[in-house]
Amino acid sequence: MPKDGGIGASTTRREDVRFLTGKGKYTADINTFGQAAATFVRSTVANGVIKSIDTSAAAEMPGVLAIFTGEDFVDVGGNPAGWLINSRDGEPMKEPKRPVLAHGKVRHVGDAYAAVIAETEQQARDAAEEIIADIEELPAIIDMAAALAGDAYVHDEIGTNQCFDWGWIEDNRAATDEAIKNAPHVTTLELINNRLVPNAMEPRASIGTYDAAGDSYLLQTTSQNPHLTRLLISAFVMGIPENKLTVIAPDVGGGFGSKIYHYGEEALVLAAAKKVGRPVKWVADRTESFLTDAHGRDHVTKIELACEKDGTFIAFRTETLANVGAYLSNFSTATPTFLHGTLMAGNYTVPNVYVNLKAVFTNTAPVDAYRGAGRPEATYSIERVIDMAARELNIDPVEIRRKNFIKPDQFPFGTAAGLEYDSGNYDALMDKMEAIVDRKAFEERRKQSEANGKMRGLGINAYVEACGIAPSNLVGVLGSRVGLYDAATVRVNATGNLSVMVGAHSHGQGHETVFPQIVGEMLGIDPQSVDIVHGDTSKIPFGMGTYGSRSLAVCGSAVVRATEKIIAKAKKIAAHMLEASADDLEFTDGQFTVKGTDKSVSFGEVALKAYIPHEFPIEDIEPGLEETAFYDPANFTYPSGAYACEVEVDPETGKVTIERFTACDDFGNVMNPMIVSGQVQGGVVQGIGQALLENTTYDENGQLLSASYMDYVMPRADDLPFIAVDHSDGTPCTHNPLGAKGCGEGGAIGSPPTVVNAVIDALQSGGKNVTHIDMPLTPARVWAAMNNA
Amino acid sequence: MASVTMTVNGKSVSGDVEGRTLMSDFLRNDLRLTGTHIGCDTSQCGACVIHVNGEAVKSCTMFAVEADGAEVATIEGQANTDGSLNVIQQAFQDHHGLQCGFCTPGMVMSAAALLKDNPKPSEAEVREYLEGNICRCTGYHNIVKAIMAASGQDVPAVAAE
Repeated sequence: MPKDGGIGASTTRREDVRFLTGKGKYTADINTFGQAAATFVRSTVANGVIKSIDTSAAAEMPGVLAIFTGEDFVDVGGNPAGWLINSRDGEPMKEPKRPVLAHGKVRHVGDAYAAVIAETEQQARDAAEEIIADIEELPAIIDMAAALAGDAYVHDEIGTNQCFDWGWIEDNRAATDEAIKNAPHVTTLELINNRLVPNAMEPRASIGTYDAAGDSYLLQTTSQNPHLTRLLISAFVMGIPENKLTVIAPDVGGGFGSKIYHYGEEALVLAAAKKVGRPVKWVADRTESFLTDAHGRDHVTKIELACEKDGTFIAFRTETLANVGAYLSNFSTATPTFLHGTLMAGNYTVPNVYVNLKAVFTNTAPVDAYRGAGRPEATYSIERVIDMAARELNIDPVEIRRKNFIKPDQFPFGTAAGLEYDSGNYDALMDKMEAIVDRKAFEERRKQSEANGKMRGLGINAYVEACGIAPSNLVGVLGSRVGLYDAATVRVNATGNLSVMVGAHSHGQGHETVFPQIVGEMLGIDPQSVDIVHGDTSKIPFGMGTYGSRSLAVCGSAVVRATEKIIAKAKKIAAHMLEASADDLEFTDGQFTVKGTDKSVSFGEVALKAYIPHEFPIEDIEPGLEETAFYDPANFTYPSGAYACEVEVDPETGKVTIERFTACDDFGNVMNPMIVSGQVQGGVVQGIGQALLENTTYDENGQLLSASYMDYVMPRADDLPFIAVDHSDGTPCTHNPLGAKGCGEGGAIGSPPTVVNAVIDALQSGGKNVTHIDMPLTPARVWAAMNNA
Repeated sequence: MASVTMTVNGKSVSGDVEGRTLMSDFLRNDLRLTGTHIGCDTSQCGACVIHVNGEAVKSCTMFAVEADGAEVATIEGQANTDGSLNVIQQAFQDHHGLQCGFCTPGMVMSAAALLKDNPKPSEAEVREYLEGNICRCTGYHNIVKAIMAASGQDVPAVAAE
């Protein structure tokens, strides 16, 4: 196959055409005959007892078809946590029920306690305003330390606000304590990993439809993983048999984690559709998204780095409080533990690591995985404390990292935090980054900035992360309640074109373009003759969807395995057609050829024979050409990177501007460099947003002060420069057939500490004795730090 | 209810709307032109940008009755008459200026308005003009490149790649 369409080609995306012409079909764009509208009545207080809900006036409003309250769902199940974490003492985590609608108590601002179904959305909203709820407000439990110390609980029935107290690795605790006690140098940093709202540009939306004839349901919804949503609704929440429920996630306008999870609105529209006998549609507005989408990050951490005077690392030890909000979202317990604690050795040979993490219930929205999910928190803690240690020891920040890097010949490397990294070359990434940055030239740029009255800083960073979380056998032992494989079905049609049904879901990642590049390359056919089908549980095999940078490494591997099965079967058919032994055939450029002869048949001819099996060895080979593969990886994949950021700080105002940003990443083998660059640029900018702009703020009463784009500062085009990226010459993953590691999250993981390190460097260069500022580094915070130093 | 008549993408259309009906809802619900997207409630995100009498407007911020008699253009009317992508749309595809596609209609409509008034904008002018359009996927890198390219300017020279 020519490189212009296969693996490694920067093929432009076929899905772009529909998005660029307004023909995308997002959930909110779907309208069906007889459709009714749902709206939710949400708590305006963070913590309160529901004394009564009077729906009588609302029920009389024009167009109202039905009203639901929590009472209607007491007999159905709750929305579960997908990962069981045991505390250090062996006790299982606390798992309070998360109902479809709040019942008895409301537990955060935005917690829905009623829903109105009406002819139109406006009628539903008008009626919702007539619902009279008597809710006795209780003091809000917001601050995590206070939540652990107090005697008022988010969930009275569990009698504590601590979900779990986790140690990783508990057996390493004593050795780590001892190493730190005896170390020649210990750097200690207390930091906050600021709470973020994912903010996919498409708000969540769901449409429920009930078919009385078949007693079956259809849910069209904004999901990153429709099969997972179906499983949760079927097995845990509603009890609808899976074969009576189809979940379709059509075009989805970004996810970043927030659309992994099942939300109560999805169950409500299904129940409502059955009750009113019509499709029921709900579309969130942006404020609802801020109030109810699962948030991200929100850690308070104390990290200690013990090292020799020459900068050799001896131990990392952290104590963290992680906010899980008012209820356990589906992966909220995995994110701060196995996606965070296991990465706390970073890129380093450090022999001792110990992590203690307490997860805390508060009267805030649930917190779960957001782009990077645990690894940004780990990287931020490690790379900030390393930078601080380097400054204290007067060691160059690049050199202290190189000194402790796992070296290329040490892979596979078992870290002190319990993972086995399969491949990497951290020094090579640092070499690339240093070549692009050119530190001598940086000194000139710094002088120029100083001449302009600005302070200039260079921040550098190294990261390693874990994607394609697996294998199922291992994660099961660690508490996962789901498997973490993925699946693909390759269907060769009689006329030689292909439909490939995949468990992964594309909501910006370009699967519709990239998966055909892989199949086209393997079969020696034009990728344009391959179409991807995704997002519809009635069409695709059971896959786990798209999150954790897993689509290519896990589902892409399933595509490879299914395509290999296709080739194996096609070869048998070709052998029959050519009257040769299959062992004597070779398959290149889409042709099966008898070795050493000019006898050959094309893949297309074989496909036709498979479906019109005249003169076909029916006793040996089934007709048809369709194969399915489930792929369960042998290990995580471990992308890594070396990043650099240059900032200017205005000493008059504290405003930080990003002057340059360089991202050198190792994603293993790259299928489509254009798409990978786009993933990095987008991720880096989300990380810059965390570092400089974004913050989710609850006041002491639990009111969300940052619940709109007027208050929550999203990165905009004029906040940013172009982002220099390099992901060439990666070290292939050693255990999946594509050698791919996953590129979706590296940018968001690697960038926040890079930016903060740069700002601290700028302030230090300007003579300000500032060693740390908590994100976001707003002008007010930077100015205050400068002027208090 | 009030009757409105306007020209949308070259075709005369009319409908009955409530006084509170937003232009974005009229386009999406009455005309079934769902390419205009709603991403926020506060006129910040720009996913709903259309052209009204040649000016870029956030359609969530005007009432449908205000567009009575107006000349309206939406994303559905931007392609060339043969159905192929226009210069801006093609540049977005060529330069990977979109990922999930949700903000894209507003970005394309804003870009068209910018280039009409300023055919050769600098990088800084493009970034400043996009201040009212939020994208969460791309980091704007390739959107800025695409708009520069659509204006006929040398793209490799502006990017740090």
